[in-house]
Amino acid sequence: MNNLENQRPIIDIKGLSLAYERDGRRTEILAALDLAVPRGQFLVIVGESGVGKSTLLRVLIDLAKPSTGTVTLDTAPETRSPMALVFQDARMLPWRRVIDNVAFGLERHGLPKAERRARAEKMLKLVGLADLAQRWPHQLSGGQRQRVAIARALAVDPEVLLMDEPFSALDSFTREGLQDEIQRIKAQTGKTVLFVTHDIDEAVYLADRVVVLAGSPGRIAADVSITLPRPRLRRDTELVEAARQLRGELSRRSSDL
Amino acid sequence: MSAIRSAALAAAGLAAFLGVWEAAPRLDLVNPAFLPPPSSIPAAFGREIAGGAWPRAVAESLSHYVVGLGVGAGAGIALGLLSGMFRWFESLTAWIVRLLRPIPGLAWVPFAIIWFGVQPSAAVFIIAVGVFWIVFFATQGAVRGVDRDLIEVAQAFGFRGPFARLTKILLPAATPGILVGVRTALGQAWMAVVAAEIFGVPGIGARMMQASSLLSTDIVVVYMLTMAALYGLFDTGFVALQGWLLRWRA
Repeated sequence: MNNLENQRPIIDIKGLSLAYERDGRRTEILAALDLAVPRGQFLVIVGESGVGKSTLLRVLIDLAKPSTGTVTLDTAPETRSPMALVFQDARMLPWRRVIDNVAFGLERHGLPKAERRARAEKMLKLVGLADLAQRWPHQLSGGQRQRVAIARALAVDPEVLLMDEPFSALDSFTREGLQDEIQRIKAQTGKTVLFVTHDIDEAVYLADRVVVLAGSPGRIAADVSITLPRPRLRRDTELVEAARQLRGELSRRSSDL
Repeated sequence: MSAIRSAALAAAGLAAFLGVWEAAPRLDLVNPAFLPPPSSIPAAFGREIAGGAWPRAVAESLSHYVVGLGVGAGAGIALGLLSGMFRWFESLTAWIVRLLRPIPGLAWVPFAIIWFGVQPSAAVFIIAVGVFWIVFFATQGAVRGVDRDLIEVAQAFGFRGPFARLTKILLPAATPGILVGVRTALGQAWMAVVAAEIFGVPGIGARMMQASSLLSTDIVVVYMLTMAALYGLFDTGFVALQGWLLRWRA
């Protein structure tokens, strides 16, 4: 485990900043961000809304262009989809059945249809929705839709799974269920996960490492490792303590503004 | 209960309408030659079928209708997609559209006859022009209205070219709006069929003109009802197709 291969971060962000200009006014979203993500880490980025957490994920998946800085990926060159994104709202394509939503990204991978289906079925099984393969999206609950979105992202076999506040629109029962589910999936697939949330309790419960973004433009305000083994207890004193410290960090940072 | 009630009312309304229509010529309120009573229509229909005029006229008109609708709606969808997808195309055509759009389809009749002669292709042309704009604007609007978030999904999964955007997102997402336009066109096209054929292209319209010049108004009514029936048939079929294509909707 100690060879150099494994020590190179899978994502290496250096000096990333992003600003846009509208009506002659310049708005900075992110400024001079450095972040290295080791392979296999469950990294949670937490911060208030508007600090550029989502923007960071959008830059990584190439939906937004950074103004300066570089992102270096250490992913296999033959990978068709090095990363995949789960949006906050499931964004299923309503005209496709569940199974075809899951297979969506694979249509770019040059696989025969039977193979795409088989792979999509496997992913549906992984998120526990194998029975709903033939349903239309409007027939699913919010939690089921978000599971489909996770299956769709996993189907393209990305090396990094990006998740943009994926559970924030769900009720708390569903949310807690999916929090456990994503940890199980992460353990099962070994993927690197970059998970964005504004919920500190969620962050400490899920993360190997929590990065706090704060300020405007957003900068890294804290970077904390959470070494507590899994499965974790939600009310474990170590998690409660970590959450308390992060809350303190966040409120100190926002009162600095 | 209320469905039965409204069906009964609808039937009563139709019966009353036919009653008044029947009574007016019979009571000599109007000249029967100007308004044939409905009871005379089945016999006229029988004569038209026996003589072979009805099947021939219907076949001719249907072929104009289907081809004209196909050409007009096809062009409307294709150019509507282009205009909805690319701002530069919309700008390029903006003034052309402003210039041509207000011209009624029937104003093209003189050119249709000069260019194509009194031929089926002239009827096809007039019908196609008549439905083009409806489908064009419906398609353009539907493409414009596609949820940006879904386009982003396609981009996030690496579908970034215009063709992939079209086939994976825009076309399926715009289908409901396009179909609304096509359904309107289905009705509009019958209007154009009659107009085109009244100028002599053989078909239902031409047969109606022939009959009216001989004051065979019962035959005129036969073809008016024929068109109503054909339209109803096409519309019902189209609604079924629409329901099937849009079965993914709640």
